[in-house]
Amino acid sequence: MKTATPAVQTPTPRVEEFSGHAYKRRSSWDRKTLLGALPLALKKFAPRAMLHSPVMFTVLVGTIVSLLVCVGQFLTNSPQLVFSIAVTVWLALTVLFGNYSEALAEGRGKAQADSLRASRQGLTARRLSSATGLSGSEESLVAASELHQGDLVVCEAGDVIPSDGEIVEGLAMVDESAITGESAPVVRESGGDRSAVTGGTTVLSDRIVVRITAEPGSTFLDRMIALVEGAERQRTPNEIALHVLLVALTITFLVVTVALVPFSQLAGAVPSPIVLVALLVCLIPTTIGALVPAIGIAGMDRLVQHNVLATSGRAVETAGDITTLMMDKTGTITYGNRRAVEFVPAPGVDRADLVDAARLSSLADETPEGRSIVELAEEQGASPEQGQPTLEDLSAGSDPAEAVEFSAATRMSGLDHGGVKVRKGASSAVGAWAEEAGAALPPAVSATVEELSRRGSTPLVVARAGALGGVSVLGTVELADVVKPGIADRFAALRGMGIRTVMITGDNPLTAAAIAAQAGVDDYLAEATPEDKLARIHSEQAEGRLVAMTGDGTNDAPALAAADVGVAMNSGTQAAKEAANMVDLDSDPTKLLDIVAIGKQLLITRGSLTTFSVANDVAKYFAIIPALFAAVYPGLGLLNVMGLHSPESAILSAVIFNALVIVALVPLALKGVKYRAVSAQNALRRNLLWFGVGGLIAPFIGIKLIDLLVAVLPGIS
Amino acid sequence: MKYSWWSYGTQMAILLVLLGVAHRPLGMYLHWVVEGAVLEGKAGEGTRQNRVERVLFRMAGVSPEREQNWLGYARGVLAFSILSVLVVFLAMRLQALFSTEGLGAVDPWTAMNTAISFVTNTNWQVYTPETTVGIAVQMVLLAVQNFLSAAVGICVAVAFMRGLTRAGTDRLGNFWKDLVRISLRFLLPLAAVSAVLLIVAGVVQNFWATPVHNPYTGAAQVVPGGPVASQEAIKLLGTNGGGYFNANSAHPLENPNSFTNLFEVFLLLVIPSVLPWVFGRMARDARQGYTVLGVMGSLWLLTSTAMAWALAAYPGLGEGMEQRLGPAASGVFATATTLTSTGAVNAAHDSLPPLAGGVALFDMMLGEVAPGGVGSGLYGILVLAIVTVFLAGLMVGRTPEYLGKKVQAKHMTLTALYLLVVPIVVLVLTGIAVMIPGVLSQASAQGPHQFSEMLYAFTSAANNNGSAFGGITSSGPALSTMLGIAMWLGRFVGIVLILALAGAFVTQAVVPKSAGTLPTHGGLFAIMFGTVTVLLTALNYLPALALGPLAEGILK
Repeated sequence: MKTATPAVQTPTPRVEEFSGHAYKRRSSWDRKTLLGALPLALKKFAPRAMLHSPVMFTVLVGTIVSLLVCVGQFLTNSPQLVFSIAVTVWLALTVLFGNYSEALAEGRGKAQADSLRASRQGLTARRLSSATGLSGSEESLVAASELHQGDLVVCEAGDVIPSDGEIVEGLAMVDESAITGESAPVVRESGGDRSAVTGGTTVLSDRIVVRITAEPGSTFLDRMIALVEGAERQRTPNEIALHVLLVALTITFLVVTVALVPFSQLAGAVPSPIVLVALLVCLIPTTIGALVPAIGIAGMDRLVQHNVLATSGRAVETAGDITTLMMDKTGTITYGNRRAVEFVPAPGVDRADLVDAARLSSLADETPEGRSIVELAEEQGASPEQGQPTLEDLSAGSDPAEAVEFSAATRMSGLDHGGVKVRKGASSAVGAWAEEAGAALPPAVSATVEELSRRGSTPLVVARAGALGGVSVLGTVELADVVKPGIADRFAALRGMGIRTVMITGDNPLTAAAIAAQAGVDDYLAEATPEDKLARIHSEQAEGRLVAMTGDGTNDAPALAAADVGVAMNSGTQAAKEAANMVDLDSDPTKLLDIVAIGKQLLITRGSLTTFSVANDVAKYFAIIPALFAAVYPGLGLLNVMGLHSPESAILSAVIFNALVIVALVPLALKGVKYRAVSAQNALRRNLLWFGVGGLIAPFIGIKLIDLLVAVLPGIS
Repeated sequence: MKYSWWSYGTQMAILLVLLGVAHRPLGMYLHWVVEGAVLEGKAGEGTRQNRVERVLFRMAGVSPEREQNWLGYARGVLAFSILSVLVVFLAMRLQALFSTEGLGAVDPWTAMNTAISFVTNTNWQVYTPETTVGIAVQMVLLAVQNFLSAAVGICVAVAFMRGLTRAGTDRLGNFWKDLVRISLRFLLPLAAVSAVLLIVAGVVQNFWATPVHNPYTGAAQVVPGGPVASQEAIKLLGTNGGGYFNANSAHPLENPNSFTNLFEVFLLLVIPSVLPWVFGRMARDARQGYTVLGVMGSLWLLTSTAMAWALAAYPGLGEGMEQRLGPAASGVFATATTLTSTGAVNAAHDSLPPLAGGVALFDMMLGEVAPGGVGSGLYGILVLAIVTVFLAGLMVGRTPEYLGKKVQAKHMTLTALYLLVVPIVVLVLTGIAVMIPGVLSQASAQGPHQFSEMLYAFTSAANNNGSAFGGITSSGPALSTMLGIAMWLGRFVGIVLILALAGAFVTQAVVPKSAGTLPTHGGLFAIMFGTVTVLLTALNYLPALALGPLAEGILK
């Protein structure tokens, strides 16, 4: 049996992303990737492979045409030969650069896919012969690829889990680094929401029995490999729409170029086929046409780098359109456990007394709530520095303190020391304790408790029994759900982008309202049942909104499936993962913010480069039209605003610029145009300035500079 | 002749004020005509039919309240237009049977070309009206087509606006109802009022020629007459442009003085610039309409100024200019007429300085969108708005949407096809025409101007403008047919695509607005919108323009 493979990812620097989370980012510029993409780029020259991009296919056909012209000119010993060869070479390079960008984007995923595949190779499984009896059935060793849905397999410490499944028996520590890149092991156990295990991960301890839930070839690992390799890449709706525009532009320019033949015949200056091909290639949107596949693949790759797996590119794009985010309160908006926020002393009790007692009652309490009480008390002056005893102080000496742990019977916890008993607990429990000793809960304390409950906080009452007996109720500690710092700002940023946030919680409406106000969400859904969530999604969608939601439980599955973008936590159940169209391997609900940003970035990159590509044409006209016709109509030389050296150098420079700009923009296509959470108006202003105005100006400069170099080439001037 | 910038500025200022004053009340009225029930608390009031309409609907067997989907609407437009072509063609062929002037049958090629020309709102005139068609043909056929082709344009624009602003239905309205209401309630009263104003200002309106004696020489002379003012009003209002006389608005009986000249320019601009306001009303967001109007207006001001510059900078200005009113009046008229698909002229465009002719060509190449033909200008520019929205939407990271309607692959396909049709028709047919020596020689000039004449003819025909570089003789089977094809394709392929696009949008739900929605109003969007419009035109036509007017105009 094969044992655990080391984690796929090597440690890499972490980069702060939009959500404030740090993610691993692999460099795409190592030499191996850059060189490795070359053979693939050459392979993509096959006309069949080129057909999927009509723009680049047109360039390929143009290249072949000019190649034939070159042959003809060679045979007739034409003086134009050097120029023709130069143009042809650069046309071929244009195609190559386009293919290379795509190959490079694919190559990044390929390396990851290879190591994923390696982690699975030769995997075997210990299949239990009977699907009914867990104990006493016989084991047999089979290849992982022979496992089918419903099979039961046993995994023990050191085993690699052979396929996706659900634990039906046992509990184990599992190393999921092969999938998630996270080295800290996680606990997986039968029953509940943490029962799902993924093929390719490694059991570190104990023994579990797993019921296989995936057929061979459709496991999580298979999907991940297909995804990072781009094998299942289909055009997304938006890509198709863009494609239509690009094809239309190509057809227009084809007609423009062909019509130039009869038009110029009248002037007695028909351009040579090479020049016409050069003009056509310069005019059609080659920049964006070459980079569209790379942009799409890079977008998916960016998602994978954020440890999110999407089932399709479509889901990524949809993420950019999301207008409503539905988020669970716990874990996303709040820390998920309650923390002490305030001490309310009973009438006649000194505040410091309550703080001390509350601290003492919690010193031995290791729950997050207990620790938060100690922290708050120490913040308010009851710290060891201020002379308060620590647990060690109290435990030392002849009369060590005795911790009283929470029990279902007493429903209180606390500390006994030197005959003094300090307790904290729910008001009913503490009240009962006090009554036993003949005391009672003061009405003011009861009122506070009611008030706090109404506000959505959890009140804990603190009481003390002296060495002589008799219980005094000291006051109340307020425990509240604490909203994560900075979350309100993040929601405000989302609002600026036009995204409404809806908080989902099982809390009562009052509590929900209080937290919603604190976190700054736009709306909340209190006491939410799975049906409520589903209904809410449907009602949002009926109003034309696109909804994203996160979830992990089986009961979230319908809502995840109904949402336009459903993100399941990897820690969640198999049902949730299957219903969702994305899985977050880090199980971090705030990841949704990054997913939205990636989706938007994808569209922005596409739109910006299209604008750039089209805007470029203006300068190319100014280069080529005077080059074509200034000989017959000298007045048109006025259009040669760049002062290009000669007609040949002008045309060649435009072609070279056209090819080089693809290479220059590859990093941008792979990295994506920087996305900022600003309003649509501001985003447009910014990108229009950079890519629209920049696209108008840049080629004037670029073509002029190239012309200065080309002009010195022998055979051109 | 000296060019007067002062005169230019005054005319433009007066036009701006007049259009500014007129567009809102006329827009409200047109909105009521097409949508009915805008007066609060009187729902359904406006949709009641009057007696004439009831009779018309009953005769045609149409139930006006049954709305059509895009296919039904398109079928209505096409059936009506094909029928119109046949009627005009046959009547011109049979003119000998009813002409009181003793005019005979019109040449079949001329009749075919003219029938298509008037039904497509082009009003390209192969014929010389004075010698070819009598009062009956002018009034009963051509003037009626002036109303109907204009109404069809407005119908399609209204259907398209409904497509963008309605949701959850596939109905775009009833073509027959729209056609009748727009013709009878909007165009007819407007034309009647305008005709009266023209008569008051001195445009002739009678049914006979007037024999006169020259008071100085005593020679006998016949001054032609006819129902000119009534034709003139709809010729301009409907952006038709077919003149009662061959000289069109350069004829003193069509356009006697500087008041009528400016009034005629106002008339040809007014409906196209009212429609954006209606659009804003239908979108329930006046800013949408004003943004469209702003882009149209800016392009009008820019090209008018370019025209003025081209005229002012030309040494030896004079030939072909409106002699009585000065070159500034010719420039204002020439820009307005080429930007609106009207094609009426008060100067000989063929004799414009080369660059001024180039501006006139470019105006038409914009696709007749600034403000464009009645109806066609609005839907034409909205298509460009969709392209702008697509690019801008991507640049802000959202699936692009216009008025809450997502622009997806099927919409882009129809949009792209619409934008492809006219340039392809112009470039391919011009290319074919210059390759056939017999056809090429019908353009009388030599060198680049000969090419300009041919390019102008096909640009004018495919964009349904109708003005011409007069040096071209467009009669004869080959050129008449090619121009007829250009006019028909330019008009009706576009209309079918527009209605299909409306049909694709109308069924879509509306995405609610948010801060992430790209605003399709305001300066930034308008600047991009205008730039996209100019850029697409320039990219399509720059090589052709370089070989025509630019080659002619930039001399070294």
